[in-house]
Amino acid sequence: IMSLFGEVPQATPVAVFKLSNDFKEDPNPMKVNLGVGAYRTDEGQPWVLPVVKKVEKLIVADNRLNHEYLPILGLPEFRSSASKIALGEDSPAIQESRVGAVQCLGGTGALKMGAEFLRRWYNGNDNMKTPVYVSAPTWENHNSVFANAGFKDVRPYKYWDAEKRGLDLDGFLGDLETAPKHSIFVLHACAHNPTGTDPTHVEWMQVAEVMKRRKLFVFFDSAYQGFASGCLDKDAWAVRNFVTQGFEMFCAQSFSKNFGLYNERVGNLTIVARDADNVRRVLSQMEKIVRVTWSNPPSQGARLVAITLNRAELFAEWKDNVKTMADRVLLMRASLQAKLQALGTPGTWDHITQQIGMFSFTGLNPKQVEYMIKERSIYLMASGRINMCGLTTKNIDYVAKSIHETVVNVQ
Amino acid sequence: LQAAVAGQLKTYEHSWWSEVQMGPPDPILGVSEAYKRDTNPKKINLGVGAYRDDQGKPYVLSCVRKAEAQIAAKKLDKEYLAIGGLGDFTKACAKLALGDDNEVIKSGRNITVQTISGTGSLRIGANFLSRFHTEARDVYLPKPSWGNHTPIFRDAGMQLKAYTYYDPKTCGFDFQGALNDISKIPEKSVIMLHACAHNPTGVDPRPEQWKEIADLVKKRNLLVFFDMAYQGFASGDIDRDAWAVRYFIEQGHNIVLSQSFAKNMGLYGERVGGFTVVCKDAEEAKRVESQLKILIRPIYSNPPMNGARIAATILNTPDLYKEWLGEVHGMANRIITMRELLVANLKKEGSTRNWKHVIDQIGMFCFTGLKPEQVERLTKEFSVYMTKDGRISMAGVTSGNVGYLAQGIHAVTK
Repeated sequence: IMSLFGEVPQATPVAVFKLSNDFKEDPNPMKVNLGVGAYRTDEGQPWVLPVVKKVEKLIVADNRLNHEYLPILGLPEFRSSASKIALGEDSPAIQESRVGAVQCLGGTGALKMGAEFLRRWYNGNDNMKTPVYVSAPTWENHNSVFANAGFKDVRPYKYWDAEKRGLDLDGFLGDLETAPKHSIFVLHACAHNPTGTDPTHVEWMQVAEVMKRRKLFVFFDSAYQGFASGCLDKDAWAVRNFVTQGFEMFCAQSFSKNFGLYNERVGNLTIVARDADNVRRVLSQMEKIVRVTWSNPPSQGARLVAITLNRAELFAEWKDNVKTMADRVLLMRASLQAKLQALGTPGTWDHITQQIGMFSFTGLNPKQVEYMIKERSIYLMASGRINMCGLTTKNIDYVAKSIHETVVNVQ
Repeated sequence: LQAAVAGQLKTYEHSWWSEVQMGPPDPILGVSEAYKRDTNPKKINLGVGAYRDDQGKPYVLSCVRKAEAQIAAKKLDKEYLAIGGLGDFTKACAKLALGDDNEVIKSGRNITVQTISGTGSLRIGANFLSRFHTEARDVYLPKPSWGNHTPIFRDAGMQLKAYTYYDPKTCGFDFQGALNDISKIPEKSVIMLHACAHNPTGVDPRPEQWKEIADLVKKRNLLVFFDMAYQGFASGDIDRDAWAVRYFIEQGHNIVLSQSFAKNMGLYGERVGGFTVVCKDAEEAKRVESQLKILIRPIYSNPPMNGARIAATILNTPDLYKEWLGEVHGMANRIITMRELLVANLKKEGSTRNWKHVIDQIGMFCFTGLKPEQVERLTKEFSVYMTKDGRISMAGVTSGNVGYLAQGIHAVTK
């Protein structure tokens, strides 16, 4: 019998997950996984935040809680406290009641909802042809999220300067100047993935000036707030500055990394609009999109985050846990850079400590990456991206020596 | 600072969202929201299909609490699930629907992915069909069907058509009408079937009728999409409620199937569901799986753990599973009892209408036969909240409010 799915081709697996899979199957005892972006302790283990464990116990013990449906837009106390984290408690936008939020499934879900809304409602209906700009390079799923939401024109904007291993500011500003008016730009709020290279405050203000003048749409992706510098407010500087500048914008927030709640899919789409009436109408249309995608979001993770953010001692403990993670990453950065320097590895390695957040764009080329994987069982992305969290005091010598060997022997 | 900000804002002549219209409230979930705003102490919420105990309270299953305690003791990490979800869950989910010994599972020719409850499952299914089932764009829904089916398929790019299903004259199944319509459906079209406890009517085909439908659907070469949101909830028996699904597969239909654990495990807000494609063979299942992942990733990357972990624990732990079967049976029984009580009370009120359908219908919902104007009166005058199509959620009926409900229904129908 002819199958209806006889013609369905085998799809290529998502690269980052294939990498983890290959790592799992590697029998080499020295193997190191510098692939997928999840925090690891110095023992190379996943870390459930102490505050999360505490709040989980509270939830299980509370017999008044049940598993009823959340509202379509999610848990109200989660949405408002999550937006406060991004915008600051004293944000003028919040005080003026022009902030709305949609609880979503992780940062991906928040991007998805924002994208779907924009395609339908931004700048007149039907924005299939409105250009969406994502940084070159960017998190690989950005392209898919927007394409899948119906945008036919997803383009790169210059960002990473491979030669100088830093931000290509001129290229970035140039693309902002030449982008068609009303184009949508996806900006990384902090700890750029995959390069770890963020604009300085002055550079952000230059970006904002062009975007305002040319009426470009601001869509922040904030997946690492707190994780980059260890300080929530510092990491939110760009987002808050843009709000002060008067932009209407979206900010997709993820609590996967800073709460370690990866698999509970906790995300929030924060919406800053000109006034409360606009927020109201926007949210009403968001509800319709949510309803045909997942109806209402999952309860557990949002509950956990809401309880934590709304209780002073728990909030303080969370900030402390976040700092613990950020500090370990900073330590590994400093350590790796120092070792490479001590080994006399050809090239400059300052970018390791200058870059920020979970990832580092090492500058290793695809051949060198292949060598690292095949010959040293050190798994990293073909782009040369490494997850600093995969480094520990026990494996850092091996990794440093391997990078050295690779750079010297493979061009 | 405020003045400075306002000054900045004035540089925008307009808002990006000035043209965004106010969206209408969701017809089903909107009912609950209206109910919440009502201050009448006698108000009854018969809107959304969420089970309530006889005190009208949400019911957290005992097996769920036990599973949660077990899980908490295990101190598991929170690492991302695979795109297709928790393996322990998806395997058990397929077994629950198809039966432990099903040949499909044994030969590995099904792919089952974890989804965001029933809605998420339908959406992934719709997206998959839209992308890969290119010979036909039409999805045939029973008339009527769950209100959210249409917007889901439409948003995924499919076209919606309908086949006769409900007979308003009898408040029952229009079997001949269904067969007539189905016989005219163009080949390769998708036909949606509610596996059990049809939503919103509560009207299910009898086994002999299912057999004829299966036969006709095969003759017409249609792609069957089963929506099973109430397994266990309809008759109280898991296997009985899955009978139609299993029969179709036995007859050689390679179906696609959506499952929800919102109602039968009371895991509503945890969003636990599954989407299954029954393929020709294991090799095809692998290809289909790879494409499902490509569809899922740009929506939410990977599914939430908590609910799936609870469901898997229950399904895979013998005494929890046994307890669960008992609790599902209990919930179904309470519904059946309420149906009987409602009819008895209507008779007591002096109603001379035929209310037999209230008892004949099955599952959480009852299609009362009330017209929109009557529903409006019932809501305005009695604070009884239900959807405009006359559907009531029997789960919202209790021994405490059934008398008042009967009063209201009688008042608007006499």
